[in-house]
Amino acid sequence: MTTTEKTDVLVVGSGFGGAITAYHLAAGGARVTVLERGPWLATEELQHDFLLGSSYTRAFDFTVGDGMSVLGGNCVGGGSMVYFAALPRAPRFVFERRGSVGRRMWPASITRDALDPWYDRVAEALGVRTQDWSDVSYAGGLWGAACDHSGRTANPVPVAIDKDACVNCNWMMAGCRFEAKKSLMFNYLPAALAHGARIRPLHEVQRIDRLDDGGYRVHYNVIDDSDYRIVDGSGAIDAKIVVLAAGAGATPVILKRSEERLGAMPHAVGRYFSGNGERLNTAVVNEDRVRDVLGLARDDERAYEAFQIGKGPCVANWDRLDASLPEYSRYSLEQLYFPPALGTILAQVPGAPTPSWFGADKKEMLRRWKSWLIVFTMSEDDNEGVFGTPPPTGNAVRLSQQMLGRGPLTYRPTLNTQRGWDASDAEVKEILEKDGIASVAPWTNDLVGAYTVHPLASCRIGDDPHTSALDDRHELRGHPGIFVTDGSSVPGALTVNPAMTIAALAERSVPGIVEAVRARGVDVTYGAPAPDGATSGSGDVLHLAGRPSA
Amino acid sequence: MTGTPDADSVETRTLEAFADTILPGARRGPDDVTVAGRSHDAGAVEAGALELLRTPATGLTAGLADLVDLLNEHAERHAREHGLDPGGDGQPPFVRLPFEHRTALVRALTSPGHPEKEFWVMLALFCNMAYDSAAHTSTPDAIAAGHPGLTAMGFAAPDADGLLRFKEYSYGRPLARLHPDTTPSGSPA
Repeated sequence: MTTTEKTDVLVVGSGFGGAITAYHLAAGGARVTVLERGPWLATEELQHDFLLGSSYTRAFDFTVGDGMSVLGGNCVGGGSMVYFAALPRAPRFVFERRGSVGRRMWPASITRDALDPWYDRVAEALGVRTQDWSDVSYAGGLWGAACDHSGRTANPVPVAIDKDACVNCNWMMAGCRFEAKKSLMFNYLPAALAHGARIRPLHEVQRIDRLDDGGYRVHYNVIDDSDYRIVDGSGAIDAKIVVLAAGAGATPVILKRSEERLGAMPHAVGRYFSGNGERLNTAVVNEDRVRDVLGLARDDERAYEAFQIGKGPCVANWDRLDASLPEYSRYSLEQLYFPPALGTILAQVPGAPTPSWFGADKKEMLRRWKSWLIVFTMSEDDNEGVFGTPPPTGNAVRLSQQMLGRGPLTYRPTLNTQRGWDASDAEVKEILEKDGIASVAPWTNDLVGAYTVHPLASCRIGDDPHTSALDDRHELRGHPGIFVTDGSSVPGALTVNPAMTIAALAERSVPGIVEAVRARGVDVTYGAPAPDGATSGSGDVLHLAGRPSA
Repeated sequence: MTGTPDADSVETRTLEAFADTILPGARRGPDDVTVAGRSHDAGAVEAGALELLRTPATGLTAGLADLVDLLNEHAERHAREHGLDPGGDGQPPFVRLPFEHRTALVRALTSPGHPEKEFWVMLALFCNMAYDSAAHTSTPDAIAAGHPGLTAMGFAAPDADGLLRFKEYSYGRPLARLHPDTTPSGSPA
């Protein structure tokens, strides 16, 4: 008989929620093991390639649900490897949202003021900085100029990108080959490793059992490194504390699968999922009008023709982030780049009868791809998403070797959500069609439902046990010692990119987790500094980030 | 034609006609019946749709024969319901449909509520991907070879090391007023 491996803290997932907690707990003296279902990609493995099997399809998951599809990270570093490093703080009113439950969704202990010190900490760790207009891509500049032309404001968004290293290749969704994007591979993860944490890639957690001593046994499958449909083995690790940070599309699935052995889950596990109210519009720009109306020119020949150039989202319109407006009518409108395939298929032809996502007109629209501009809406949705019966393994039935799977999420947008989308569609159209600058159409929701790159709230914090799965310390109600620190813990849509808020909440959760670890007899302390180069010695351990630990 | 050994098989012809409905191309020769000829240059078929559909990594390959049978059954029913008599020239039923009817059938199959929607959407997505991202080929190689989709879209060629870099990227000047409530961190208040 073999002895089950043991650790103090088992962390599920290595994105923001996992990396931040793993770092602090390891730095404080706990034995920490991180299980990550995706591969560990070294910088030199990050390719500029759409070929199936390249880093692009290895690092991403696209999970199709019923009415909502979720795009998320699937690699060491999680969302930070594939995201676009836009890190605004959530506006003050977001924390006062009531949503469909009719009372404040967030715990009373969390306001913008209360979260600001934690935001500061993340900003220091990731190197978040404001951009100025000279950092902004042509596409961002075009969006800013169009907003200005219609009497609106526009802001360069804060980012964690080293502008001197950035080559504006717009391949951030395949990881950053130039190490310009400050993913978790350059701060929390190497610092966690330096403090003895172990990270195991291609370990997909399936379920959690309760042990007689109050601890937990975490069961995992070992996933094949190129065909994720293949399971190469399985195992279990015993831990005193479990930190679940598998992402809002996976955390509730693991918990629901564990229910039989772990006991009943809080009602809100796998409910109240939010897609961050996301919605996309594609504009095809009239190059002559860009020059004549907006006065923009790249050179003597080209006004724009620059959709491909840049670094994800650079400029956002925040005029609708106005606390005096009614809930469900507030949203930001952010210029965005989406690569071909993920960013082209759902686009519809402006002015054409729908559906127009395929056919001769669509092909003509693709011919003008260099003149595209994508505008991304982040609005207030109604937390409509519900997870059904978990699939046999993982969080989806994998259809393709990598990337594409079918998950158990159902999402039926309410009229509140739909009205927000409709209003934002109309506003994008108003801004970009003014004086013939462009023609615009929203993406179709008919093929794979709505589409989110920022899944949230499927296992959320709150004060009300009926509508929140976690208390305000991120501990799972009725299951002491299980904490959830990823995007699923965020109560609802944020109207801006959520990574900064997810990370700040994870930072805020750490003292409570440390306390729980101490209560189980582990000598761990809280108070590690931000893991920047000066405090964590990351310069000495950076090379470790590219290599799996033993 | 494509030069594959089964270029004339029912499966190849049916899938070509489907891919051509998604992103249409120009006829490759006077006898080309699978490509309807609704565009003046190469579409999804010449971009490599069949090669991609037959790449096992897609997860579609094993099911292609069944999808082809099903598509042709739908096409026969569609032709019957619309009183079409496209002639018995030995082509698979979907190939025999005129372009507008191929389009109408694909619309019906991919509409919300259709019980087989998921399969037809997936088939369509990969046909699209063959054209707009050449997911069956290494991207630098595809661009160097003049891949029709990436070329038509104007997807920029990488440097010799296979990596893309843009030296010019910004208009470089303020283009809008900032929101008055922006905080010093650059965030909304």
